[in-house]
Amino acid sequence: MKLYAVVGNALRTLARNPMRAMLTTLGIVIGVGSVIAMMEIGSGSSEALKKSIANMGANMLMVFPGMTNTGGVSGGMGSAKNLTPDDCAAIIKECPAIRAAAPLVWVRAQAVRGNRNWVPQQIMGTTADYLEVRGNRIEQGVSISQRDILNCNRVCLIGKTVAQNLFDNESPVNQEIRLKSITFRVIGVLAPKGANMVGQDQDDVILAPWTTVKYRISSTTSSASTQGESSKNSTTGSTRGILYHSATPDLYPARSSTQAEDSPISLRLASVNMILASAVSPEAIPAAIDQITILLRERHRLRPDSDDDFIIRDMTEMTNTLSSTTKLMTNLLLCVAMISLMVGGVGIMNIMLVSVTERTREIGLRMAVGARSRDILTQFLVEAIVLCLIGGLIGILLGHGGAMLVAMTLHWPVATSIPAILAAFLVSASVGIIFGYYPAWKASRLDPIEALRYE
Amino acid sequence: MALITLKNIYKDYYLGDIDVPVLKGISLDIAGGEMVALMGASGSGKSTLMNILGCLDRPTSGEYWLDGEEVSRLSSDRRAMIRNRKIGFVFQNFNLLARTSALDNVAMPLAYTAGQLSNREARQRAETMLTRVGLADRMEHVPAQLSGGQQQRVAIARALINHPPVLFADEPTGNLDSHTSEEVLAMFQELNRTEKITIILVTHDSHVAEHAQRVIHISDGVVVDGVFGPAGGEA
Ligand SMILES: Nc1ncnc2c1ncn2[C@@H]1O[C@H](COP(=O)(O)OP(=O)(O)OP(=O)(O)O)[C@@H](O)[C@H]1O
Ligand SMILES: [Mg+2]
Repeated sequence: MKLYAVVGNALRTLARNPMRAMLTTLGIVIGVGSVIAMMEIGSGSSEALKKSIANMGANMLMVFPGMTNTGGVSGGMGSAKNLTPDDCAAIIKECPAIRAAAPLVWVRAQAVRGNRNWVPQQIMGTTADYLEVRGNRIEQGVSISQRDILNCNRVCLIGKTVAQNLFDNESPVNQEIRLKSITFRVIGVLAPKGANMVGQDQDDVILAPWTTVKYRISSTTSSASTQGESSKNSTTGSTRGILYHSATPDLYPARSSTQAEDSPISLRLASVNMILASAVSPEAIPAAIDQITILLRERHRLRPDSDDDFIIRDMTEMTNTLSSTTKLMTNLLLCVAMISLMVGGVGIMNIMLVSVTERTREIGLRMAVGARSRDILTQFLVEAIVLCLIGGLIGILLGHGGAMLVAMTLHWPVATSIPAILAAFLVSASVGIIFGYYPAWKASRLDPIEALRYE
Repeated sequence: MALITLKNIYKDYYLGDIDVPVLKGISLDIAGGEMVALMGASGSGKSTLMNILGCLDRPTSGEYWLDGEEVSRLSSDRRAMIRNRKIGFVFQNFNLLARTSALDNVAMPLAYTAGQLSNREARQRAETMLTRVGLADRMEHVPAQLSGGQQQRVAIARALINHPPVLFADEPTGNLDSHTSEEVLAMFQELNRTEKITIILVTHDSHVAEHAQRVIHISDGVVVDGVFGPAGGEA
């Protein structure tokens, strides 16, 4: 018997008793519906999680200088000064798995405008690539140019929080602010990003060309901060230099700020606090890490047996921790849904057994006119599967609708999950096969004479 | 060679440890194109014999040759195929599928025929069959909307859908009044005459038996009369 004919038959049989078919398959409807709703809400929250991670920077890699270790005293991560802007340029040029990379130097300083002041969480010197790596946009004005970097121009981009605190509702573009008594022109405002996963305000930031930060601000303070106290420090209001001692004693006397301004250190000798890189895709992150490792080891002339003098971090750890919670939740709910599918399957089996008994004479008749036992088996099995698939379909629609409802009323993030829908289909078909098989087998084993005589 | 040959057919039922012999050595020949009535007291084993003839049951021992083939030892799938292609069965209680149109009832056996017809061909064939039994205007009726005689005619159409050479009918008129019985019997005679379909029917009614060319009497599991055809076998 051709399959479509069997399916057509099954549909006709079920249509003869639609109410009963509905009630029979209700368990499947509820089971599949809850699976779909769970999955959509679950994958919605993990999607939202992914987004917030991507918001910090898509496929972001952080390269830190290694740590100094002098006489058994560790300087802590990033204490070495062996990461240079050239390393960054080389990474961009020679690592195919890297989409963009930006050097970062940071200082902490008070930003002053007129009679207002504000201490941004981050004042960073970087290149225009930073925006690309972090997925930042310029909302107003322009970005930092290559020229700005070469010329140590005193220009900066500010985040929304800084803009609000220093400018209220005025447009900050082309206005001036002072950082450590150096005047910067605001050339652009960053689009707001909100808080990141650990609650840090990502809009509380000032970006400037890294050269400017390094040689105009940092050369005054970074030497200060590495050398311990400096009179400059207290004047800028930063107490970091006082509180934290450097691990490395400096061999040379400090240069004064005028000295530094007059003869900027050649770019090649400059060190940066961090290189922020972005892999071409999430899958490319391991490759990117390998490529950077090889490149930097070569550039830093490390012997094969010596350790890396830099540290590469990516976001996987953080992602894993955060997503494991969601996963656990989803799995638990999935278990509950599976149990309800089981119960639904038992319901199907029960009604199919009743149906086989009720239709004993029909079975006998079909056998008398030439149905083989396997035809009967197929007939009842297909009926159970069709019943389950219909239930599954309704369940998918209801589950999807429920998820949408949750999305609309509670504003939870939901995401339509195609694999979940396919899985729901497969699972309902399997439930049909597993729980429909026994009744169908029973039907196929009937003796035609007894079946025909059955009252 | 006869269409149907039974050689020493025995059939025992086992009720627990008790052995109940029902058929006790039945041998007979039925030639193609014959119309035979099977008579006997209640409990004499007519239905048991019909089930064996209809390939629904196997004899305990003995040979059953149908159309040149020993069918009593075939696999159940083979026998299903024979029931589908070579045998038509008409029941006392019609056995139509409830809530299923006359047309679908008639076409139902085609679903189990190897080398199936298309839906349209099957439908056409069922329509032809229903027209033959005079129900051209009742094709979409479900059994509940048909009279007993009409239901039995639908059942006959269903039995003939695959053009089997032989038709078995176990008390086909048992549930019908004398008028409709007459109609159904006239139809059997007509099929037997024009299509040379071999018909074997079980009846208690000697009026019914009169429509047949030969009457076989069974008593307590043995044939007591009518082993030989009227003309010594036409075949
Ligand atoms: N499945 C069975 N198990 C045990 N005994 C059976 C079975 N089927 C039939 N019999 C017995 O076989 C005998 C013949 O039964 P059968 O149905 O063939 O009679 P019948 O001639 O058709 O009678 P009726 O004219 O009443 O239909 C009866 O005594 C019956 O009790
Ligand atoms: Mg009987």
